[in-house]
Amino acid sequence: MAQTAESLQPTKRKSHALPYWVEPTFTVVALGLFGLYTLWLVFFQSSGQFHNYLSPFFSPTESWGIKVLPAIWVLWSPLLFRATCYYYRKEIYRGFFHDPVSCAVPESRKYYFGETRFPFSWTNLHRWFWYVAVIVLVFLWIDAVQAFIFNGHFGIGLGSIIMLINVGLLTAYTFSCHAFRHLIGGGSQKFSCSDGRPTTRYKWWNRVSAWNEHHGTYAWISMFFVWFTDVYIRLLMNGVIHDVRFF
Amino acid sequence: MPDEITLSVYRGDKSGGQEVEYKVPIQTGMVVLDALHFIQAHDAPDLAVRWNCKAAHCGSCSAEINGSPKLLCKTRVDDYVGEVIHIRPMHSFPVIKDLVTDVSWNYEKLRQVPAFQPAIKAPFTLQQRDVDRIQEFRNCIECFLCQNICHVLRDHDAKDRYWGPRLMIRIAELEMHPLDTGDRLDLLKGAAGVGMCNITKCCTVVCPQGIDITDNGIIPLKERVADVYWDPLGGLVRKLHK
Amino acid sequence: MSEDIAYHEYDVLVIGAGGAGLRAAIEAAENGLKTAVLGKSLLGKAHTVMAEGGVAAALGNVDPQDGWETHFYDTCRSAHFINDYRMAEIHAKEAPDRVLELEYWGAVFDRTPEGKIMQRPFGAHSFRRLAHVGDRTGKEIIRTLEQKIMTLNVDVYQEITATKLFKDQERIAGCIAYYREDGRFAVFTAKAVVIATGGWGKAYKVTSNSWESTGDGAALAFRAGAELADMEMVQFHPTGMTWPPGARGILVTEGVRGEGGFLCNSEGERFMEKYDPVRKDLSSRDVVARGIYKEVKAGRGTPHGGAWLDITHKGAAFIKHKLPGMYEQLLSLADVDITKSRFEVAPTIHYTMGGLRVDPYTGATSVPGLFAAGECAAGLHGANRLGGNSLSDILVFGRRAGAGAMEYAKDTKMPKIDDTEVQAEVERVLAPLSRTEGENPYKLHEDLQEIMAAHAGIERNGQSLEEGLGRIQELRERTEHQMAKGSRQFNPGWHGVFDVQNMVLLGEAIIRGAIERKESRGAQWRTDFPDELENQGKVNYVQRLTDHGIELHPEPVPEMPEELARLFKLGMAPGLANSARKE
Repeated sequence: MAQTAESLQPTKRKSHALPYWVEPTFTVVALGLFGLYTLWLVFFQSSGQFHNYLSPFFSPTESWGIKVLPAIWVLWSPLLFRATCYYYRKEIYRGFFHDPVSCAVPESRKYYFGETRFPFSWTNLHRWFWYVAVIVLVFLWIDAVQAFIFNGHFGIGLGSIIMLINVGLLTAYTFSCHAFRHLIGGGSQKFSCSDGRPTTRYKWWNRVSAWNEHHGTYAWISMFFVWFTDVYIRLLMNGVIHDVRFF
Repeated sequence: MPDEITLSVYRGDKSGGQEVEYKVPIQTGMVVLDALHFIQAHDAPDLAVRWNCKAAHCGSCSAEINGSPKLLCKTRVDDYVGEVIHIRPMHSFPVIKDLVTDVSWNYEKLRQVPAFQPAIKAPFTLQQRDVDRIQEFRNCIECFLCQNICHVLRDHDAKDRYWGPRLMIRIAELEMHPLDTGDRLDLLKGAAGVGMCNITKCCTVVCPQGIDITDNGIIPLKERVADVYWDPLGGLVRKLHK
Repeated sequence: MSEDIAYHEYDVLVIGAGGAGLRAAIEAAENGLKTAVLGKSLLGKAHTVMAEGGVAAALGNVDPQDGWETHFYDTCRSAHFINDYRMAEIHAKEAPDRVLELEYWGAVFDRTPEGKIMQRPFGAHSFRRLAHVGDRTGKEIIRTLEQKIMTLNVDVYQEITATKLFKDQERIAGCIAYYREDGRFAVFTAKAVVIATGGWGKAYKVTSNSWESTGDGAALAFRAGAELADMEMVQFHPTGMTWPPGARGILVTEGVRGEGGFLCNSEGERFMEKYDPVRKDLSSRDVVARGIYKEVKAGRGTPHGGAWLDITHKGAAFIKHKLPGMYEQLLSLADVDITKSRFEVAPTIHYTMGGLRVDPYTGATSVPGLFAAGECAAGLHGANRLGGNSLSDILVFGRRAGAGAMEYAKDTKMPKIDDTEVQAEVERVLAPLSRTEGENPYKLHEDLQEIMAAHAGIERNGQSLEEGLGRIQELRERTEHQMAKGSRQFNPGWHGVFDVQNMVLLGEAIIRGAIERKESRGAQWRTDFPDELENQGKVNYVQRLTDHGIELHPEPVPEMPEELARLFKLGMAPGLANSARKE
């Protein structure tokens, strides 16, 4: 079906609104730098441990005999979980593929098949990466607990707090996931028992739905915090800074 | 506030056209549709614009105001003081005349959605929590602004491969109805083309009814498709459960 | 130049694609008849979308004492007893089934804690009776009917305007219509025609009605020989928006008061306690509208000439859940947050109780084969319509008119339309486009609205009405010489020509009816006859169009049989009397 000849670029009438290219540019810069940092870890760093602090990029350390670069051993799973995340997909398609770069901004590319073909059709595997991400999360929680144990004694350092916040944010991100929201209850057609009371799945779905509204926020904050946590531990390892012990 | 505003309105038909400028005196609280009515009554009686209720209930007066898809009856003129207001027809549908476009494609597709197939006779016993989700979708006024902004339809004109957000919401309201027995997943994956959506959320942004089209409608539909086509384990569990 | 006209044949042709029209078409099509629907707008945009509060049906989900008797009782009382009791009875008995049928077709109403359809209180209903979906019930209903129609073999013609009905001898034969898109003509020959084109509130300036409410079908049928009744009865809804100017008249649902909102004047007085101490803010619409009007006249009005409506005490969460549309509408159009502050409302033209005189059982008009249902038909609402009764009206009588048309069509042959009449109509319709000078339809519409407001508004008197009659007859003369600039392609100026002609004709009928009814009853308030008179309560004023113009005569109101009349002698609503007796 034919379309009208042309349309206007959207103008911004509210003075506080940012130009349309700010968001996609931020995405490209943020994800690009994060990607480069990750590559640097993969190829040039073999560990991320400082005493009882373990960088989330290198957890778990146990590899059960499988020989790969230390960072790759675990890194693929959170990366794929994030790459197939419904929120990141929006940002990636907008920022990297300009599909579209912003609403009502014309696209230059003619060819488009959405998520119907490989590799983008594999985003449908998001739930599988979620399962793996949950397993990794268990290890990260163990690491966070370890971060409070200094030579067999309980203690609190700045690093312990950073690692706790880090795993907290990752948990929020993981359990506000769209796929989880579907699996926990969204997929059921009926939310009430025959006596009219809410089903357990409904209660969970309702809770996850509330978290899900902030999924995008958790996505960014948790990503930056993982980054920050690794940088912090790496600075400790290299003796650039010293950990602060509160207790 | 100035007492006059300039509207630049697209005038034309299938064969083409261009914007024509009109000056309209500003009234307090005036919406763009009021301004167009003024133009009709004073300057251009044949200016074509669709409208009905003028209260954002019917979804007739969809157009693009300074490049953003909006309802003419809900857009205040005083938001644009100091600017020329450019008004164009919806980009994704063929122009009939001026601001009126041919939206019949949407109705064709609506007809192709398998209707509600209730498991039992009415009266139904349903809790409010069971229907909250679908009531959100049924709040749709069929303004087709989401269809207009969707880049799959707008830029790629892939109407043969994707039915657009409005149709996704229609299918979602049926799939999520507690008493519906129909199965539209093959349709969704196939002709309706839910996979063509890349969840960039512009439909949600423009929806005048504030329906969370992407998060509450399309993504859950994608997950339902994944249940069947990408999750043999889940499919097996569901089969045993039934 | 010879016209390229499309010809179609149908068993049942429905003119009007609102709730009544769609329901009629569903009835005919489900029974296998070849059916078509013509609509002036896109499918699903008709004025039915504007109905907000709910659909009245005595389901008894919330108040189990409710039943058809009480709904019947409430309807007749509000109608001031000049309605057709048979229609009120049918309506009260069948409305619950029609609502449940919608649920079966996919409508999703709000629920009670027991999981039934929720019902809310409304003005002058004895019980909580209005099944609803927030404040967008009409939209839910038309969407459901639209979706149902799509599953049936019904040809829906969108954006097409009928300009004339044709007859074959005495019986109806079909109509001619033009496509708004490009001005092409189509002739529809049909065994039976259902008129379901709604009201003519657009004859007034301050109205809650959309542009479509120009009374096309009623005017077409009137010209074809059908009778109009109770034309003087035009409902003012008490609560329309007053500000900003462009939004003046846009409806604020009665649901705001149904959910606990109240009215007060500039002195902070809850004045409805004065006008109706029992029902107060939930009194019938004629009483509330007049209450606000009187307060404003007495100098106790708000800045923009209305009353304050306040629902802030119910809290933001409640308001946003129960009245989301109202919250949004006032916020975006008038910058008022109704969860935080009260807002101004004033009466607005809302509904035309009068219309085509029909058989209560089949919707048949006085022209064989011509049926009518919904707002364009008269009889159910009498002198004042109850809120929520219009949505049940379109369902109950839409279905009955569809069935009536179906029965008629089954036993009859396809009529013939005289081609010379077709050619003459084509010429008439195209004439405004070729005139180089003539009246501007937009201007005539404004003049009409001015006349109606000045002479046939909320407050009427004989002298002013007579004056109005003279003015509108002059105006009618001018409508014959209208001019439309531009082409046949989607040309609102040209479309307006016929809208104005229809509205002026019906406007005259309103004024004539108002002159004849020398009393105050329901919506008709005459300062020169301020009381309700017993002898006037026994008649309906019926009008017919002849070669000499409009002729008017009184017809007796059908008399209620004893078993129904006794319902009004209990001293209270039948449902309450029943439960009192049980105790």
